[in-house]
Amino acid sequence: MKNNDIIPNLFKTEYSKLVAVLAKTFGINHIEVAEDLVSETFVLALDTWPYQGVPVNPTAWLYTVAKNKVKNHLNRDSIFKDKIIERIKLSEQQLNEFSIDLTDKNIADSQLQMLFTICHPSISSEAQISLALRILCGFGLDEIANAFLSNKETIHKRLQRAKSKLKSENIEIEMPDDIELSARLNTVLHTIYLLFSEGYYSESHESIIRKELCVEALNLGYFLINNPSTNTHSTNALMSLMCFQSSRLEARQQKNDTTILYENQNKELWDQELIEKGFHYLQQASKWKIGSKYYLEASIAYWYTVDLESLDKWGNILKLYDALVTIDYSPIIALNRIFALSKVQGNLIALQEAEKMNLKNNHFYFVLLAELYKSIDSNRAKDYLQKAYTLCKTKTEKEMLRKQIEKL
Amino acid sequence: MKEFILIFRHENVNGKVSPEQMQTWMKQQMDWVGTIAAQNKFVGGTGLLFDNAKVVDHKKLITNGPFGDIKETLGGYVIVRAESAEEAAEFAKGTPILQGEGNTVEVREIVKH
Repeated sequence: MKNNDIIPNLFKTEYSKLVAVLAKTFGINHIEVAEDLVSETFVLALDTWPYQGVPVNPTAWLYTVAKNKVKNHLNRDSIFKDKIIERIKLSEQQLNEFSIDLTDKNIADSQLQMLFTICHPSISSEAQISLALRILCGFGLDEIANAFLSNKETIHKRLQRAKSKLKSENIEIEMPDDIELSARLNTVLHTIYLLFSEGYYSESHESIIRKELCVEALNLGYFLINNPSTNTHSTNALMSLMCFQSSRLEARQQKNDTTILYENQNKELWDQELIEKGFHYLQQASKWKIGSKYYLEASIAYWYTVDLESLDKWGNILKLYDALVTIDYSPIIALNRIFALSKVQGNLIALQEAEKMNLKNNHFYFVLLAELYKSIDSNRAKDYLQKAYTLCKTKTEKEMLRKQIEKL
Repeated sequence: MKEFILIFRHENVNGKVSPEQMQTWMKQQMDWVGTIAAQNKFVGGTGLLFDNAKVVDHKKLITNGPFGDIKETLGGYVIVRAESAEEAAEFAKGTPILQGEGNTVEVREIVKH
């Protein structure tokens, strides 16, 4: 028996690469053929490696097998062969000598093009995220169902529908042209950020799944960073934001999976490496001399990593929120802005602004009011926490609020 | 000591099992083979390539296959040494292949002259 160590995530990583290259070669209409051939490649490894040992170069082994699988499939299925001949404009003779291009460059290009194809505006963001998890992150149906708190059948149908749509729209697996690139890149970034948020903010997931989703979002971001045409201000800003937020992932979670609020986090659990990465991407993003929503959010996230309560810190955060509410208003951003305002100008001024907002159905609104009233009128603070408790939906949040009410 | 062949049949996993899951199974299968080999009861094993598979019928007609509708395929086999079919079946229980619903391991004694 030979060396039996398998590189961690080998199949997962290679799945994404192989499917991207094969699907790019065959066209979106034959994406299932690509997926099947890659699966079969792993099945052969599964049926061989345990008895003969892991090959010296497992990746090369997988690529050789995948190339042969493609050849065999072309010979076996003449209809498929004819379509491919038509597609890649080779004679039958040339096709016999044709081999799938598994060079690093073609792999990287295909993965990036696949990311753009998957994030095509013709399908919903939900479907985009599911497809990205399946095809680019190598998740199984079970894992995607888990990530969406859904079941396998629903996810299966969602994936099927999304693929049919891409086929019926005849989407080519390619980069958008220069005119479209910027708008399409925004969709891709938005999808990546949604995937990240699914992991970072959703309170209802096991911590391990949440972490995985964040890591996958970062990995997709690297595809964009590594290509000059997509290594833009917004891409760097989003990467920075995700790195800063990920750095607090450990500190945010308790063993029993409840969320620990920023103020109570053990700062030693903050991941310094990710903070440094976040800072690096923030600097990169600033080279473009333009602003964006992600840039403002990343800058705010940066200030949150500064473990020092100063007027300077909160003054900067407030300025950034001031800018953010003007370009991307949401109640949550507005509430966060008021929190920053209270740190700079005091609770009374913040309360005046908060009471104008009157967000009667938002439990975060009452959490904020309670926080601001804590030092002024603890009975009122308690009332507001009760209101928040009634309004909020998840068990973890209710538990957190219950503890706060008890403390008052 | 007799020899038994353990024949693995697995359902088509395409699209159902994640690459990560397959890699986990592989690691487990390696550990499983290891525990049998550690007792000096592992004779050998291999996978069976499905590509270019042929079926030859009684008229000597050769067809490609078996492809198409069949649900499970012959994935591979392992030969072990064991005192009895029961012992060999106990070995079979340990393979991760059985974690896949619908997968089976057939245990057959190999005839010796």
